[in-house]
Amino acid sequence: MSEWEITIGLEVHAQINSQAKLFSSAPTKFGAEPNTQLALLDVAFPGMLPVVNKECVEQAVRAALGLGCEINLVSRFDRKNYFYPDLPQGYQISQFEYPIATNGSIEIDLEDGKSRTINLERLHIEQDAGKNIHIEGAGLGQNKSYVDLNRSGIGLMEIVSKPEMHSALEAQEYVRKLRAILRYLNACDGNMEQGSLRADVNVSVAKKGDELGTRCEIKNLNSIKYIGAAAQYEAARQIELIENGGKVEQETRLFDIASGRTRTMRSKEDAHDYRYFPDPDLPLLVLEQKRVDELKASLPELPDEKKERLQTDYGLSAYDASVLIVDAARADYFEAVAKKLAPARVNPKLAANWVLGELMGFLNKAEIAIEDNPISAKALAELILRISENVISGKIAKSVFEEMTQTGNSADEIIARSGLKQISDKGEIESICDSIIEQNLDKVAQLSQKPKMLGWFVGEVMKATQGKANPKLVNDILCTKLKQD
Amino acid sequence: MNSISDYRKLLLSKEISAQELTEDFLVKIKDAAPLNAYIEVCEESAITQAKASDERIAKGRARALEGMPLGVKDLFCTKNIRTTAASKILENFVPEYESTVTQKLLDEGAVFLGKLNMDEFAMGSSNKTSFWGKVINPWRNDDEVPLSPGGSSGGSAAAVAANLCVAALGTDTGGSVRQPASLTGTVGLKPSYGRCSRWGVIAFASSLDQAGILANSVEDAAELLNVIAGPDSKDATSSAVPVPDFTKPLIDNRKLRIGVAKEYQTDSDLLEKAKGWFADDGAEIVEVSLPHTKYALPVYYIIAPAEASSNLARYDGVRYGRRVESSSLTNMYSETRSAGFGDEVKRRILIGTYVLSSGYYDAYYLKAQKVRKIIIDEFAAVFEKVDVLLTPTTQNDAFVLDKEYEPLEMFMNDVFTVPASLAGLPAISVPAGLSDKGLPLGLQLVAPSFQEEVLLMAARRMEKAAGFSERPKNWWSAK
Repeated sequence: MSEWEITIGLEVHAQINSQAKLFSSAPTKFGAEPNTQLALLDVAFPGMLPVVNKECVEQAVRAALGLGCEINLVSRFDRKNYFYPDLPQGYQISQFEYPIATNGSIEIDLEDGKSRTINLERLHIEQDAGKNIHIEGAGLGQNKSYVDLNRSGIGLMEIVSKPEMHSALEAQEYVRKLRAILRYLNACDGNMEQGSLRADVNVSVAKKGDELGTRCEIKNLNSIKYIGAAAQYEAARQIELIENGGKVEQETRLFDIASGRTRTMRSKEDAHDYRYFPDPDLPLLVLEQKRVDELKASLPELPDEKKERLQTDYGLSAYDASVLIVDAARADYFEAVAKKLAPARVNPKLAANWVLGELMGFLNKAEIAIEDNPISAKALAELILRISENVISGKIAKSVFEEMTQTGNSADEIIARSGLKQISDKGEIESICDSIIEQNLDKVAQLSQKPKMLGWFVGEVMKATQGKANPKLVNDILCTKLKQD
Repeated sequence: MNSISDYRKLLLSKEISAQELTEDFLVKIKDAAPLNAYIEVCEESAITQAKASDERIAKGRARALEGMPLGVKDLFCTKNIRTTAASKILENFVPEYESTVTQKLLDEGAVFLGKLNMDEFAMGSSNKTSFWGKVINPWRNDDEVPLSPGGSSGGSAAAVAANLCVAALGTDTGGSVRQPASLTGTVGLKPSYGRCSRWGVIAFASSLDQAGILANSVEDAAELLNVIAGPDSKDATSSAVPVPDFTKPLIDNRKLRIGVAKEYQTDSDLLEKAKGWFADDGAEIVEVSLPHTKYALPVYYIIAPAEASSNLARYDGVRYGRRVESSSLTNMYSETRSAGFGDEVKRRILIGTYVLSSGYYDAYYLKAQKVRKIIIDEFAAVFEKVDVLLTPTTQNDAFVLDKEYEPLEMFMNDVFTVPASLAGLPAISVPAGLSDKGLPLGLQLVAPSFQEEVLLMAARRMEKAAGFSERPKNWWSAK
């Protein structure tokens, strides 16, 4: 495999987060009863005309600015013509020759904190199509197909990358970061299961140093997992094909989730001629530089900016920062906790560990979104503070946390009620150590040959105190006592 | 012949009721069945509307067109009234919405007598392509052979000429209001592109379609233009240019400069006569040249079919209209459209698909749009020197209906009207005289964009000078 270079380019379709559709005033909410969110235009009744939704345009501009694109102040809507039941007009209003934005880039985070820049070709706006639902044996043993046009006409941003990714993992990271950027901007909700974000993956293979191979496009992948699996399978398929003397044909393929394989959807011969031409119902889309500047000035902090800032402001590692920024809510939560701990000068890394470790572990297991997190920043900060103050050990804190999630009580309440307060009283620990030493003089004798027996003594003291003794103190005190012998 | 203003006086003074007036027209329409001008006659709803108008008149709340019986070309979507675009594929389509233009007429109290026949999807200049059968021109020459009223607004023009409505709505894409006006001795007005909303007008060629008016006089056309003009937020191509009162003649003492282009030639001597009328009226006749005129027709017959091929893709039997059930999706599409569209429509869809197709787009569509720009600029340059252009509307008078014509021959009917369509300019055909066969011929005036006031001013003068008052002899009544 190492002599082969895999090249991947992605075309991501992201639904624009807006009240109404791109050219009609129908609502865009997901999950409504079929064919209830329609304007006459979305059903393509005779005589209907599109009028562009300014909110959609501005959302697309914000997204493009967040991706570092150049905004084209003049862009144009073109018609992409083809017949399909989910496309009522018989054409999709898109942007072909003059998109609203070009260039741009996304920085993807790889393992061990490294990153790579993937360049973008363009971002343009277009209509989404409706949904076809095929039901086998629906009526009288016949297969029937149904068309739900709720989605027809919803605004989409199509974001096209340059073919610069070289592994399935990079492709996945790209989509993760793109999704995060769009969510930070609130330009798209990034909900892949609901179809708000979909990707077409273009894969080609070539021997290292050779020109790019023929690419195949795998359409409509709606999970990061499948994007990786499809890219991986397709690259392997192409390599095997070539190694066996075959030739890769340019074609459009579909990923079959059940088998994990890609299969032909249509070949180059069946490829549509879309007969693109400027939509005569719409004027040129003209933006004012002043407005673009206003939108740019009001963008929120973006993932990569936040990642840098978390490292400089809180001393976090690049890796920790990159995991925190995946979700703006997660990063915000961390900062809230860290800020509460700041007066006590607690190391922010502790907060990062707790957010990324215990908290995310709990939320993921219970399938709770960070937005619905029952542990407030104040509550978690309090818990972490008690560790830092040596009131409880880190280990005890984990059980306190668990009880917090189950009862909703605060750390202090739980600590007080269950008497979990760490024993830090020197005298108390000394007397417990003394009694353990007295009861195990034989082990004390073995210490000179087995210095690591010290750990056993520490463990016994911890057991005797139900884990509440301050482990460091125990260690120090035992060290002193046992060395004396 | 009563004008809109005459009828208004009669109605307001209650010399005649709106109901009586409407019923009169309904009788005339029944009587004129041989002309086949109407696809749908709205007897019940027209009388209901008329009665409502009478009530308003009685209460002194009459609006601009209260009780005025009009005909509407079947290309306008009229709520709860079947709208077919004269096509089999829409033979059972009843819109649940009203086009902006017809709504404006209703808002002024107009009564809709019915939907007027036309060439299928507005494609044609003969009204022979309608699914509902040909329209016959009320004008006949001595040999009594049926003649075409022109098209695509053939039904509208025939209805006005035969007094089957006070005035009618049509649409004009390449001449579909002006050419039939010329062949039926009526006034046909095409406003500037963007002057009237296209919302609810079944689209043929989006960058060319405009609502138009067929009427008995320039004044009547101005009355209707007042009502139907204006911007529409639902139509992104409609213009926000303010709408003046077109019935108020421009108080303009300037000497009109009338341009006559050497590229617009016919055998008829009407054009010379008209130059004389204007000269006598104190206008200056200026010889001009529009060298790219000869490209206008080919440019039109590339752009219009291209846009149509895309606009008509929605007629696929999936959501409304006729569907031919079939074994596969592709078969359903092709069988539905093959059965539902007539030959001319198919011809234009094929041409349009071809000129947009990969490998041909640059040579045809793109090139045509570039030449269109040259034509637009050419007009603009000429309008620096003249106020309006005077041209023939058609090369010939009404042609024989039951004869086979080559498609290209039919296309030539539009040669004088298409240039103004491509440039989006307002234009009007005014009846100017009779041909040697005793059939009407019109002359066309063209003005710069959004200068309908100047256009109407010149048109009023020409109408007065021409003094055309002939009407077709009624040969169609049963008695």
